[in-house]
Amino acid sequence: MPVISVLKECCKSCQLCVPVCKQGVLAVGAETNAKGYNAVVPQEGKKCVGCRACVTICPEAALELEV
Amino acid sequence: MMAAGYKRPESLQKRITGYCPGCMHGQVNKLIAELLDEFGLREKTIGVLPIGCGTLSMMNFNFDLVIATHGRAPAVATGVKRSAPDRFVFTYQGDGDLAAIGLSEIMHCANRGENVTVIFVNNSIYGMTGGQLAPTTLVGQKSTTTVQGRNPKEVGYPMKMCELISQLQAPRYVVRRALDSVPNVIQAKQALKKAFQNQLDGKGFSFVELLSNCPTNWGLSQSESLEWMRANTMKYFPIGDFRNEEAAL
Amino acid sequence: MEKLFMKGNEAIAEAAVRAGCRFFAGYPITPQNEIPEYLSRRLPEVGGAFVQAESEISAINMVYGSAATGTLAMTSSSGPGISLKSEGISSLAGAQLPAVIVNVMRDGPGTGAIQAAQADYLQATRASGHGGFRMIVFAPASVQEAVDLTVKAFECAARDSNPSLVLLDGCIGAMMEPVILPPLKKTERLRYAGAGAKCLNPSGKDVMVVTSTLVRPDFQEVLNKQAAEMYDRWGREDVMAEEYQMEDAEYVVAAYGTSARTAKTAIRELRNEGVRVGLIRPITLYPFPSGAFARLDPHKVKFIMNTEMSIPAQMIDDVRLAVSNRIRVETCCCSGGIMMTNEDVSEALKNLLSQCKEGVE
Repeated sequence: MPVISVLKECCKSCQLCVPVCKQGVLAVGAETNAKGYNAVVPQEGKKCVGCRACVTICPEAALELEV
Repeated sequence: MMAAGYKRPESLQKRITGYCPGCMHGQVNKLIAELLDEFGLREKTIGVLPIGCGTLSMMNFNFDLVIATHGRAPAVATGVKRSAPDRFVFTYQGDGDLAAIGLSEIMHCANRGENVTVIFVNNSIYGMTGGQLAPTTLVGQKSTTTVQGRNPKEVGYPMKMCELISQLQAPRYVVRRALDSVPNVIQAKQALKKAFQNQLDGKGFSFVELLSNCPTNWGLSQSESLEWMRANTMKYFPIGDFRNEEAAL
Repeated sequence: MEKLFMKGNEAIAEAAVRAGCRFFAGYPITPQNEIPEYLSRRLPEVGGAFVQAESEISAINMVYGSAATGTLAMTSSSGPGISLKSEGISSLAGAQLPAVIVNVMRDGPGTGAIQAAQADYLQATRASGHGGFRMIVFAPASVQEAVDLTVKAFECAARDSNPSLVLLDGCIGAMMEPVILPPLKKTERLRYAGAGAKCLNPSGKDVMVVTSTLVRPDFQEVLNKQAAEMYDRWGREDVMAEEYQMEDAEYVVAAYGTSARTAKTAIRELRNEGVRVGLIRPITLYPFPSGAFARLDPHKVKFIMNTEMSIPAQMIDDVRLAVSNRIRVETCCCSGGIMMTNEDVSEALKNLLSQCKEGVE
């Protein structure tokens, strides 16, 4: 099953990944990283289908996908 | 076909970039790094970076870099490639760097058909210095030196670099792509891949213009900036292939 | 050793190849065109590369790129072109890259006159670009010396990871003289990026970043201090000057390059007339041979006549600094394109002599 993970310290919370995920897997998290950004976090109960849209649009290479 | 996984490329340092959130400079860095990993070129590459926002990539890339002065990257890359033809050499340039102060350098590097790859990030503004008029600023677009918007009667029209360069005989591959959406990012990567392959095959000069955004200086949110690109930038600067053939010898 | 009869500019070009130069980029400008012309033929024979650049600015930036790969690279020009190259020369110094720049001087300011002159002394020794860096500046007075100093310029550039400058006037560039060339040196690619780049390298591992762009002012200060120490070391170890007929000299001519040759002829003639005159000829203009002037005994030496093909005189500032008002410093100058003769120098010196005697009486 595909799993999306966030390199929290590389995320700038630009949120471009949020709307491109048709499964609603990603949302802005509550915690800030060392640079003060609220990194996105995968949501419990949402199912990644491995479409790669989020890793493609992310300008920071802050998302990783395991298939 | 099974979808492949995705790992942050080794050709990027493991640190947060200096770019503003949502800036597509990060995207360009990422695409270059992915391709260098895929081609196995990380240890053979010399990237020539410009002055401007592109200089920040000095802290992102994980391979040999030479930082040029403003506009001179194509000349520096010429020196690098002529003295180290075994290296993979690309320049990374913004629109002020390439289309204003470095216009002579880019045209002559292209005209000599240097076997290098030029990656031109066009976001229609001087980003690093705070949003001044660029040679690529759109008609009516506001900048800190044209607060009423670009008036062509005073400063002329935005310069179309792919169209200019494709008038020369030597360049092998001159294309424009945009970074506004997932499908277009995929297209952009394919164009870069072709440009990289051209250099590896010794075919000569390749030029990939990537339309980009500047949320900070455009005064827009990240997603709004991509919409603005679609509604404005991409209308004036059409995506397409301007030269994609064997050059006449 | 084979003795050849060569033109100064061509001899410099061949000396560069023999010193290990494997890249040249340049732009046509009089009076140095024989250098790029020669190297366009010669460099490919030894596996090097030649590019005729679209501008002086491009040429120096090509040299910067080549130097970044560990290649010994060179460019040449004349005053107006050196002004354009100054951006790149500053970048070479900032990024700690070696390269040799040759300036075959003409008269200025502006486009000036294309005839031989010594108009770029201040530019060469004070500011061949922004940011307060220095270069070792070699000033040959013969074709043989142009060859020897070109080789030395490459050695110093590689040793210090810093650009060095060969500064000659159009006479030395255009005249033919017998010359013995050094053997062809085996070239090795310098492992390159520059010490500064290394310490700035964010990963600190296997990648090199060649840059004069420093994101932190504390890094800049470290590098500037290192550079200042290097300039001091040059002053102790690399100074070169010729002293001619100085043992008993009561009158001293200070001159470099072609002016010094003219002065030497004048000095021989004046000596025949019993005038005790000598010559101090700076060979490195930076570091300036201040010691040779500071050592002069003000009780013995009546005056120094600074002799240059430049109006107003430029080297005179360094001569005055070196003698710190203990000895009178006068000038004998001509402007570019007007060749000073030995008679001009003798006459100027005799005029000063008579004034001097009147002053005493």
